[in-house]
Amino acid sequence: MSYTPTELMTINAARKLSDGQVCFVGIGLPSAAANLARLTHAPEVVLIYESGTIGARPDVLPLSIGDGELAEFADTVVSVPEIFRYWLQGGRVDVGFLGAAQIDRFANINTTVIGPYASPRTRLPGAGGAPEIASSAREVWITLRQTKRSFVDRLDFITSAGFLDGGDARERSGARGAGPTAVITDLGVLAPDPVTKELVLTAVHPGIDVEQVRAATGWDLKVSSDLVVTSPPTEAELACLRDLHARTLRAHGGEAGGD
Amino acid sequence: MATQKLSTLQEAVQTLIHDGDSVALEGFTHLIPSAAGHEIIRQKKRDLTLIRMTPDLIYDMIIGMGGASRLVFSWGGNPGVGSIHRFRDAIERCWPQPLAIEEHSHADMAARYQAGASGLPFAVMRGYVGSDLPRHNPNIRFIECPFTGERLACTPAINPDVAVIHAQKADRKGNVLISGIVGVQKEVVLAARRSIVTVEEIVDDIQDHAQMNSVVLPGWVLSAVCHVPGGAHPSYAHGYYKRDNAFYKAWDAIARDRDTFLAWMDKHVMGTADFAGFCRSVAAEGLIGTLPEELCR
Repeated sequence: MSYTPTELMTINAARKLSDGQVCFVGIGLPSAAANLARLTHAPEVVLIYESGTIGARPDVLPLSIGDGELAEFADTVVSVPEIFRYWLQGGRVDVGFLGAAQIDRFANINTTVIGPYASPRTRLPGAGGAPEIASSAREVWITLRQTKRSFVDRLDFITSAGFLDGGDARERSGARGAGPTAVITDLGVLAPDPVTKELVLTAVHPGIDVEQVRAATGWDLKVSSDLVVTSPPTEAELACLRDLHARTLRAHGGEAGGD
Repeated sequence: MATQKLSTLQEAVQTLIHDGDSVALEGFTHLIPSAAGHEIIRQKKRDLTLIRMTPDLIYDMIIGMGGASRLVFSWGGNPGVGSIHRFRDAIERCWPQPLAIEEHSHADMAARYQAGASGLPFAVMRGYVGSDLPRHNPNIRFIECPFTGERLACTPAINPDVAVIHAQKADRKGNVLISGIVGVQKEVVLAARRSIVTVEEIVDDIQDHAQMNSVVLPGWVLSAVCHVPGGAHPSYAHGYYKRDNAFYKAWDAIARDRDTFLAWMDKHVMGTADFAGFCRSVAAEGLIGTLPEELCR
C-alpha cells in the first residue's frame, strides 16, 4: 500500500495521542493528526481549540480555528479569555500540539518574521496562542515538514519557547511543563537529548534514510544510537485519514482542510 | 429612550467613528463585522489605530485602502489559506503608507480586553516566557507577584474608542444575543468607550430567545445596534449561514496584487451604497457561496 510523506507525518503524530489525554490543538497539521487519533485509537481524547471549544468532535477538519463545526459538537464553548486563563494557564492541558514555520535545534518556534523584526523580509502571521501553549501545557509536540528552510541553525525570532539555549535554560526561564518532547516531521521523529536538550533524530519513516534527514536540516543533526524505523501506516489508519480528507474536501466546497 | 439604539450602519459609523480613533472590530473567526468594515472604508475614515486579535480580510481591506496608521494584534493571516497580502505589503513595503505595529499573543490580547472591561489599568498573566516579543514591544513588561515572587507578564488594558462586533439577534430595545463561539465579543464592548453592534435579525423581545446564562449585552451598554443581515460574511453567524471558505480562498488572489485589489474594492465596496449592494455585486461574480439567496439578488 502506498502513502505520502504527509500521511506518514499525520499518522505518526496521531499515534502519539493517548485516549483521555487533554490536547490543545493548533490548526492545520496538528488538527488533522489530533482528529485522526480521535477517530481511531483515542475516541475519548479531549480536543481544545483556542476559539473556546472544549471536547470538539468535528466531522470534517476545520479550515479556521473557529469553524462552526468545532462548536457544534463540543462539550462546551467558552470565551477566548476563559480558554486561555482557566483551561490553559489553569494547568488543565496535557499536550500542546503546535505547527510552526521554523524551528531550531532546541525546538524554539518562529512564526513571526524572517529577517529583522523592524524590516522583515517575510512577515509571518505572528504568535496567536502559541507562546502560552508552549509554556503552560505539560508537554508540547510540534509537527511540520522538514526542510532546510524550516529547520534552521538560528531563528531570526523566537516566538514560542522550546528549550531556549538548551541545557537547563528552559527550567531557569520559569516556563512550565516539559517543553517540546517530540517533533514529528514528514521524514521522521526527533526528541530532545535529556541533558543538552538538543533535538536528536530518534526515528525515520519507512523508506527514508538518515542522509535525507540530515540534508533537510539546517544544522549538524545528531542521530540516536537507538534509531528506529516507524511502523508503516495500517490500512485502517490510511482509510480513516483519507475518508476524513475526502469529507473535508466535500464540506469545504473543494477546499482541503489543513492537511 | 432605548429604541434610539437602533440605527442604520451608515449613521452609526458616521457619528461614532472619527478619524484618528482606536477601533476594535472583533469576532474570533465567527461573527466578524465585515459590513461595518466596508462602511468604514466607504466613509474614508483615516489614521485609525486598528485593534484586533486576528486581523484577516476586513483589516486587509482597511489597511490596503489607506485607513490605518497603526495595528495592534496577535495573529495576522487568512485562516487556513495563508498570508493577508495588504497587511504584509504595508509592513514589508510601507504600501500604501507605513503601518506601525504592536504585537501581542492571543492570551494577552484577551486578558487586555478583560482588564479594559474591568476598569483595571493592566492585565497580568503567566506569559511570553522565553519569547522575543517583549524585546520588540515596550508595552509588554514584567512584574513580581507581591505574594509569591513569581515573575509575571503585564500589559496595558485595552480601552478602544470604539468596539464593533456582529451578533445574531437584537430586540427593539437594543438588547443583543450572541451564541456559538463568543470570542471576546462581550469584553471588547465593555472595554470600549462607544460600541456598534450589527445583527442578523431584530426580534420583539430577546428574553424569548435567550436561555438563562446566554451571552446577552443589554442595550444600555451599547451605542448603536444596526440590522445588517449577512453582515459577518465571509465569516459566519451560527444558526444563519456557514463560513464561506471559498471566499477566503478567493481573497488570496484578489489581494495579492495592488491594482487587482484596488479595482476590486472600487467596484464592490466603494461602488456600492451599502452591504446589501456589496452582496449583490459580489454574488453577480459567483463569489458568495453561503449567504441566503435573497441577500444576493
